[in-house]
Formats: sequence, structure tokens, C-alpha cells
Amino acid sequence: MSRIGVFVCHCGSNIGGVVDCPAVRDYAATLPNVVHAEDNKYTCSDPGQAKIRQAIEDYDLDRIVVAACSPRMHEPTWRALLSHTKVNPYMLEVANLREHDSWVHADNKEAATEKAKDLVKMAVAKVDHAIPLYTQQIPVNKKALIIGGGIAGMQAALDIADAGYKVTIVERKATLGGKMPMLDKTFPTMDCSACICTPKMSEVGNHPNITVKTLSEVTKVEGYVGNFEITIKEHAKYVDYDKCTGCGLCTTKCPSKKIPNEWNQGLDNRTAIHKVFEQAVPSKPVIDADHCLKLTRDKCGVCAKVCPTGAINYEDVDRETTETFGAVVLATGYELIKWEDLYPEYGGGAYPDVIDGLHFERIINASGPSEGRIVRPSDGKEPKSVVIVKCVGSRDPNKGKAYCSRACCMYGAKHAHQIIEHIPDCKVYVFYMDVRTPGKNYDEFYMQAKNDGACYLRGRVSKIYKEGDHYVVWGADTISGAKVEVNADMVILETAMVAAPGATETAMLFGVQTDKDDWIIEAHPKLRPVETASRGVYLAGVAQGPKDIPDTVAQAGAAASKVIGMFSHDSLESNPQISNVDIAKCSGCGTCVHICPYGAISLVEKHLRENSVKVTRDVAQVNPALCQGCGACTVACKPGALDLLGYSDKSIMEEVDALCQW
Amino acid sequence: MPVVDEKKTTEEEWEPRILAFACNWCTYAGADLAGLNRMKYPANIRLLRVPCSGRVNPQYVLEALQKGCDGVLVCGCHPGDCHYSTGNYYAKRRLMIFKRFLEYVGLEPERFNVKWISASEAGRFRDTVKEFTEGVRKVGPLKESFTLAPSAGDKLFGAHNESEAPASEEGGAA
Ligand SMILES: Cc1cc2nc3c(=O)[nH]c(=O)nc-3n(C[C@H](O)[C@H](O)[C@H](O)COP(=O)(O)OP(=O)(O)OC[C@H]3O[C@@H](n4cnc5c(N)ncnc54)[C@H](O)[C@@H]3O)c2cc1C
Repeated sequence: MSRIGVFVCHCGSNIGGVVDCPAVRDYAATLPNVVHAEDNKYTCSDPGQAKIRQAIEDYDLDRIVVAACSPRMHEPTWRALLSHTKVNPYMLEVANLREHDSWVHADNKEAATEKAKDLVKMAVAKVDHAIPLYTQQIPVNKKALIIGGGIAGMQAALDIADAGYKVTIVERKATLGGKMPMLDKTFPTMDCSACICTPKMSEVGNHPNITVKTLSEVTKVEGYVGNFEITIKEHAKYVDYDKCTGCGLCTTKCPSKKIPNEWNQGLDNRTAIHKVFEQAVPSKPVIDADHCLKLTRDKCGVCAKVCPTGAINYEDVDRETTETFGAVVLATGYELIKWEDLYPEYGGGAYPDVIDGLHFERIINASGPSEGRIVRPSDGKEPKSVVIVKCVGSRDPNKGKAYCSRACCMYGAKHAHQIIEHIPDCKVYVFYMDVRTPGKNYDEFYMQAKNDGACYLRGRVSKIYKEGDHYVVWGADTISGAKVEVNADMVILETAMVAAPGATETAMLFGVQTDKDDWIIEAHPKLRPVETASRGVYLAGVAQGPKDIPDTVAQAGAAASKVIGMFSHDSLESNPQISNVDIAKCSGCGTCVHICPYGAISLVEKHLRENSVKVTRDVAQVNPALCQGCGACTVACKPGALDLLGYSDKSIMEEVDALCQW
Repeated sequence: MPVVDEKKTTEEEWEPRILAFACNWCTYAGADLAGLNRMKYPANIRLLRVPCSGRVNPQYVLEALQKGCDGVLVCGCHPGDCHYSTGNYYAKRRLMIFKRFLEYVGLEPERFNVKWISASEAGRFRDTVKEFTEGVRKVGPLKESFTLAPSAGDKLFGAHNESEAPASEEGGAA
């Protein structure tokens, strides 16, 4: 026989002003196994909590019902209170008399009181079947894995490493940095991107707590929070980094020199053995196996001959290693949308002087192919008229993406400002839908670009075509209502950011969801913006959705602080409200294994004794650290072997039955 | 058999009795928000908190309808928004088939529905409750003829369990 105590809260007049609390209390006292019922003005206050503690002693209660505000509000409070008493914190039910009753039925006090009685009755029926639950301790492996080595991943890595924990960064390219070191200057302060980014790269590369794995990716994930077993594949670099000094002799001698240089957006060429850019970290070359004469045709071998340290290794292979990490930060960043297929009216990529924002960043970059002189890719001439088109692929659900890419209004203004600064007699036209500049000193920055002389035209561009050696841009100026035709020497399309290729596949390895555009979904858009639905997996940077560098860095710091917070504990408490297998009933069908979104259920072979006979068969086993307690498996279980602790079939049925008896 | 209070089933006194299974992460919170905003909706509904709409076994719905509720709602997160990523998809598939089954065996469509209401959609919660309550009111008290005896719940979670042959793991605790 259980001994239930019921505590009815007036919440001042919030509940008491509508619901007849003493009547509810008296009613509660008549319910089966209720040995004590009382009402209080404020149950959550210190005196109110003291009364619960006292009643537990006085009436030898073994479970309680609090009839008060929403359990989403104070269930943790009551659990914390019970953890200091002899009542197990999970032998608790909360009846929601405020949000679900007094606040919404204030116009009908009688009905509200009747409803309150029902809600208490349901809670009493449920708690009557509660069983004590105990949290388990999950050990925490204090090592973090960061996926993506852009500014987001680097910032998170540095913050975690500075707090004294080991960090590994997995970066799929041959260098750290992501997009930021490609940029020339950064809005709104116009400080040189390389000057603020490359020192961070070398800090990461030299940090005693950080291991950098480039040309690498995560291929397999097992385990759970605190104990992820992660397999990392390091692709062959054909250069032994332990021997290589980064002298660069190999790259000067490589005869395959006509390979489009990705770093400069194909504006110039690179060699087969190459360092991504001067300040790359690690500051060592890799061989591009698709273009190396030795690796493709077994000819050449010059780099091996000239290398003073014998670091070249044509036999190099991809290597896989598996390590345990306690927490993971997803910082996979973005790419620019492939606009060429989507916008044939802009030339579909056929015009060399119709370029995207990153192209322009490389053109104007002092370390770019034209050493910072603004020239047309087609003929190297200085443009005297430039059109900037914003929202190409953004805010265009029909052709591109429905969302706003957030940084383009600002870097569009930046580009306009830079062009006018470099070529004062150059005309700059900016076609825009809206100008969105929320951010500290952002609108001022945009106004500056306008004051510099950039001509902002509100409207979309319908067509770009070539005429002689210039381009004709057809657009609309929706403010004057006129059609506009501009002759331009160069056109910059500020294109949409899209998720990095494979972002969804990478997230899925951790059971993390992405949205329809492959951006990673946060656990809560407002309250848990850097956490994911998978415990121990965090996110940072554009991987979550388009943003600029200040927001990226802030978010990376937030993700790092979550990791550090987690690492400040030696173990974590598990949620005890999880699935439970009754092996006697389990048929070993495995349906639950596929239903579980967390991979928490597996089939294991067990030696059982059934009807006095020894049998060996597969039964389901729930990993308590992985199970999040959704209960999807319990309903799918045909023999009814799975049940959810805290929300058991029996307790829910009792609740239903309680409501049905009146 | 439902325990029916004669008094309340007479035409003029009858008030629909409605049970809603509400996901803790969305609809339950949406209902909390409706409270916070002091919205008004009929007092006939009682919410039963579940961690996910995917936790709702059709047996619970059957139990409620067989034992005396006039209508049952199941509410979860919008497709794509499940806190546990996929629970509401299971709920949707299971319960929509179940709804068709219930209608096939003679239940009025107004008595059972599945709705997606997010934590921010207080207004949608209120409107859903209003609409659903009105629908149930229109079709009247659930007739006893619907009761298939014995109750499904008794069968699944009652005596049946205890008669199961016990099994234990060899050489130690399970
Ligand atoms: C033209 C242009 C100009 C801009 N100008 C400015 C500016 O002036 N000021 C400003 O604040 N912002 C600017 N931005 C925005 C800025 O580029 C981003 O905010 C910032 O670079 C985001 O950093 P990130 O680390 O999130 O992403 P990224 O820089 O994209 O880094 C992600 C990294 O993850 C790696 N990666 C991806 N997937 C995987 C995987 N599966 N496994 C391993 N590694 C992976 C990628 O290789 C990359 O190195 C500009 C953007 C553009 C396009």
C-alpha cells in the first residue's frame, strides 16, 4: 500500500482565486491511498517546501502529488526538494492547476474546480504506480572533437584548450581557416582578415592541447555523451609531416602547373604538390593525387628527388584511427550556392567577369592573383563600372533558398566601398531587395558606402548579357518604378550561403538533425542555441545557419563554454526516465532497434532460464546513457516487452482510467 | 464497462469529457502559454502529459473511449520538429491508421483526432480545443454500443501480464 501526500497550492490568488482549493484538498483526501492532503498559499516558497518535508516525516509519505503550476515550471524544484527526503524524487506527480486550469477557466469557477479535482485524481492514480528511479553516473572523457576548422571550429578549440582540455580538430581541407582567410578585409571595422585570422590559425596549430587533423573526416561514431568512440579517416597527403620542414622547394619544381587554384577561386593556377596558401596551417604541402604525374602515370617523381628531408611518400595511404571523445562541436560551415545552374539569365557562368563574392575577395586581396588590384578576370583591365547584385539565391524560394544569408548586405556594402576606394572614378551600382544591417556599427557602415557614392537601386536584376566588351544589366528600380539598364565592366553576385556538402551526413552520424536546407538544428532556437538534441553534441558557426564572423565567434565561444561546463564534472547524471526491457517478453524481433533515433537499443545474446529450460537467444538491451526517454520503441514493441520508466503503460492507463471514473 | 453517472448523461446536463495526450515539449508547453496569456477555452479538456506523441499507444485511446471519455485528442510537435527527431512521425502513422480503424468500426470522426501544436502556438491550442470540444458536443455522449468488452487495456496490461511465464537471466540479475 502506498502512502500518498497531496499538496494543493493556491499560488496566492492565481489558483486560489478561481479554484476552490480547500474543496480540492478535501476531495484529494478521499482518493485511494492518500493519507494526507493539505493546501498552502505558496507551496514553492521556503515555508511551503518545509511543510512538504514535515508532512513526509509526520505521515510517513512515500510519494507525493503537488497540485500547483505547470510541471515545466517547478517539477525540478520538487525533485530537488525530495532528493533531501526519504521520498525518491521520481515518486512525484504534478497536477497543473494554474496554466491548464485557473488561468484559462477564470470565467467558470465551478468547472475549474471540477477540472482541478480530475487533474489531482489523475496525478494520484499515476503516482500510485510510480516506482523509485535512480540516476546513473556516466563517466566523462574530457577530450573534445571539433569538426570543421573554420573560424568557428578554431575559436571553440582555443577556448576549450585554454581551459586545459585536450581538443582534436578534424578539417577536411588541407589547411585550417575555412573561408575567413580568403577574405580581404572584414566589415564593419575593415581590419585585414588574414591579419586577424592567420594568427589564430598558428595559435591553434601550436597549442599544446590541440591536435589538428587535416584532409580528414569522421567516418563512424559509436557511444554516447562523455564516451563517443569516433573513427577519423585521414586521407593520404603523400608527404610525411614529421619529416617535412615546409621549405617549399617541391612546389617550385613540380611540373604540373596548370591546375586551377581553388584557393583563388580558379583565378590562377597551382601545382600538383602545393600548399593551399602561404600562411596555411599546417604550413606543409600535400600532393593532389588526381593531377600528380607520379601518382597518375608513374612518371616524374621530381618532388621526391628535390626534397631535402625525404618527406615525399608516394605510397602513402588513407589511415583510420578510433579515439574516445567526451563532447563534439559541429562547425562545418558553408559554401556559396552554385548559382550557375540556377540563373541562366545571368549568363550561367559563361561570362568571366560575372563573379561571386569570394572571387572578388580574392581579386581585391593583396595576396591574391592580382595582388589587390581590382581587375577584370577576362582581360586584366580595371573596371570603371561595377554592378553588385544582392540576394542571388537568397530570399528566392523559386530558384534558390528562401532564407536571407545575413552577411551579404554587409559585405555587399564592403565591396562597394572597397571598389570606390581603389578606383575613385568607378561607378558602383548595387541592386538590392532590402538592406538589412542590424548589428553594432553596421548601418553606419552601409551609410558610409552610400556616402562614398555607391548607387543603391531597389530591385532585382532580370538579365545580364554581353555586348562588346561590357555587360548589360537589366534591372528594375522599384522606387522610381523605372526599368534600369546599366552597362557594367564587371558584375559581382552576392550569392547565398548553403550548408557545407555532407553536413547532413556528418550530423546524422551523431543523431543530430538538419533542416530542409541542411543547416544543423539546435536543441532550442532561443534557449539552447548551441546545443543539439543529442547530448554532448554542440554546434558553432554557419553550420547552424548563415551568419557573419562576430556572431560565429560568439557562438563558438558559447559552444566551448558548454563543453567546458560539461568537462568540469567527472561524471554526468543520466536521465532515469528511459526505456526498460522485460526480457521474459522480448521476442528479439529487433523492431525497436530500428525505431530508436539514438541507436540506444541493441540486440544482445543472453542465456536465459525460461520455464525451467535453459535457452540462449537475442533480446533487446537499452543503453541508459543513450536513451533519451521518448518512448517510441515502447509502442512499437509487439510483445509489449518495452516500457518507459516514469511513463509506464500501467501508470498512463491508470491515469486514463481515473479520468474515466466519475 | 463504463461507469456512467446517470445524471450527467441526461441531455441538458451532459458535458463532453475530453482527454488530450500532450507532448511535453510542444503542446503541453503551448497549453502553458495559453494559460500565461489568459486565453479562454472550454473546461472539458484534461491534458495527460507524455514525453512524446510517439509514446501514445493506440491502446490508451481505446481505453479512454471505452471507459467513458467522449473524445480523445493526441497532440505532438509539427512534423520535422520532434524533440526526439522522429517520434511524431511514428505517432502520425500509427494514429492516422488507428483513426481510420476507429471510424470503420463506427466511431464518429469528431471523437478522435491528432493535432500538431508547437510550444509557441497558444492560439492554435485554444482554437483546437474549442473546435474539438464543439465537435464532440455535436455528436453527443459516446454511446455504450461502442464498448467492445473486455476493455483492450485490461487485456494488454491487466491479468495477462501476471500469467506470463517468468524468465530470468542465467547466473545473475537481468
Ligand atoms: C564573400 C564573403 C565575404 C564575407 N565577408 C565578411 C566580412 O567582411 N565580415 C564578416 O564578419 N563575415 C564575412 N563573411 C562571412 C564569413 O565568411 C563567415 O561568417 C565565416 O567564415 C564562418 O565561419 P565558419 O567557421 O562557420 O565556416 P567556414 O569558414 O565555412 O569553415 C568551415 C570549415 O569546416 C570544414 N568542413 C566542412 N565540412 C566538414 C566535414 N564534414 N568534416 C571536416 N571538415 C569540414 C570546411 O572545410 C571549413 O574549413 C563573408 C562571407 C562571404 C561569402
